[in-house]
Amino acid sequence: MQINFEDERPIFMQIAEGIEDAILTGAFAEEEQIPSITELSVNYKINPATALKGISILVDEGIIFKKRGIGMFVAQGAVLKLRDKRKELFYEHFIKRLIEEAKKLGITIEEILCMVERGYEE
Amino acid sequence: MNGIEVNNVTKRFGDTLALNQVSFKFEPNKIYGLLGRNGAGKSTLLNIITNRLFPDEGDVTIEGLTSAENDEAQNKVYLMSEKSLYPDSMSCREVIKWSGMFYPNFDLEYAMEIANQFGLDINKKVKTLSTGFSSIFKIVIALSVNTPYVLFDEPVLGLDANHREMFYKLLIKKYSHSPFTAIISTHLIEEVSMILENVMIIKNGELLINESCETLLKSGYSVSGTAQQIDDFILNKEVISIDALGGLKTATIIGAVDKSTIPHGIEITGLDLQKFFIKLTNEE
Repeated sequence: MQINFEDERPIFMQIAEGIEDAILTGAFAEEEQIPSITELSVNYKINPATALKGISILVDEGIIFKKRGIGMFVAQGAVLKLRDKRKELFYEHFIKRLIEEAKKLGITIEEILCMVERGYEE
Repeated sequence: MNGIEVNNVTKRFGDTLALNQVSFKFEPNKIYGLLGRNGAGKSTLLNIITNRLFPDEGDVTIEGLTSAENDEAQNKVYLMSEKSLYPDSMSCREVIKWSGMFYPNFDLEYAMEIANQFGLDINKKVKTLSTGFSSIFKIVIALSVNTPYVLFDEPVLGLDANHREMFYKLLIKKYSHSPFTAIISTHLIEEVSMILENVMIIKNGELLINESCETLLKSGYSVSGTAQQIDDFILNKEVISIDALGGLKTATIIGAVDKSTIPHGIEITGLDLQKFFIKLTNEE
C-alpha cells in the first residue's frame, strides 16, 4: 500500500482505497484483523485523525468492523461488496472515458470489442 | 476551559515588534504546526506561553489559569527549546533523572528506552553532545515528560533523515496511545505536514493563517504540462509560483480544482505546501 503525498486526493481517501485494494487482492482476508490506527499512522507518518477518517469510511460502508478492545477486522462479504463498488467505478472512470475517446476517433463498437479481445490475449 | 488561549499578545524588543496583538487558541489533544521564517516570532510566542518572557500587552491562559508566574499552569506545559538550559557539567543520565523529579508524570523507563533507540550515549555530558544529539537529547526528555501540552521549538535541528523519521514515528505513536497537545515550530513544512492537524503561519509577529491542514491542502493545487498548455490554463487564475524546465512547466494555483476543466495532458497534483509557505511569507 502506497500513499502519495503529492496526489491531489486527500490522504484519508488514499488510506481507504489502499485498504480496499489489500482486501481485494487478499492481502487482508475476510474476518482477519487489519493494522490498527496507530500502526497505520506511524507507518505512513500521518496524523492518527487522518487514518481514523479513512477507516471510518470503510466502517460506514460495512467493509470493516470494530471489535471493542481488540481491533478492526475485515467484514464477511467485504470482497463481494468492494467488487460491486469498484465495478460501478470502473464503468464511470474507464468505460465512459473509453467510449468518449473512441467516438472522437471514430472507433466503432466492433473495433473496440476486437481491441478488448486483443488486450485480453496479450 | 481547555486548551491554551493567547489573548492580544504584543511583545517588543526595543524598536522591533516581535508579536503584534496575536490571539488564538490551541485546542487540547491536537498536533499543531507553528510555521514562520526566522525571526517571525515563533520562539517569542512559545517563550511567552512558558513564562520565560513576559508580554508587553495581553495574556495567556492554560486551561483557564493565567500562565504568568503560575506554577500550577506551568506544570501542564513543557517547552523543548532551541537553547539548552541544562547545566553543562551534568551527564544526560543525570538530567533525565532530574527531570523526573520536576515532572511527576515523567516516564524514566521510556526515556531510557528511546535514548537507546536513538543511539544516545546517556553517560556523555550535555555540553559534549553534537548539534544533532543535543536535539535528540531534548526530544527524549520532551517525549517523556507527559505534560498535557508539549511545545517543540525546532525539534529536528541538526537531525539526519533517519533520526527525523524516528522522531516523527515516536511522536505519532505516543500521541496515538495517549493524546496530548503537541505544538511543533519548524520551517521544514513538507515532511511534517501530514502529521499536523492544524497549521499556524506567523509572519512579522502576526498570525497569518490558522487552519486545519486538510483545508489548507485543499486551498490550492499544482498543474504540470507543456509550457503552452500551462500558459493557457493559468489565465485568469491566481498563480503563486511557476517553474519551467525546458518545455515543461509546473504552476501552483490557489483555488478549488475543477476536474472537468482540466485539459487532456495536464497533470494535477496536490498543493505544494512549501511553495505556498514561501509565497505567503515572502517580503513584498
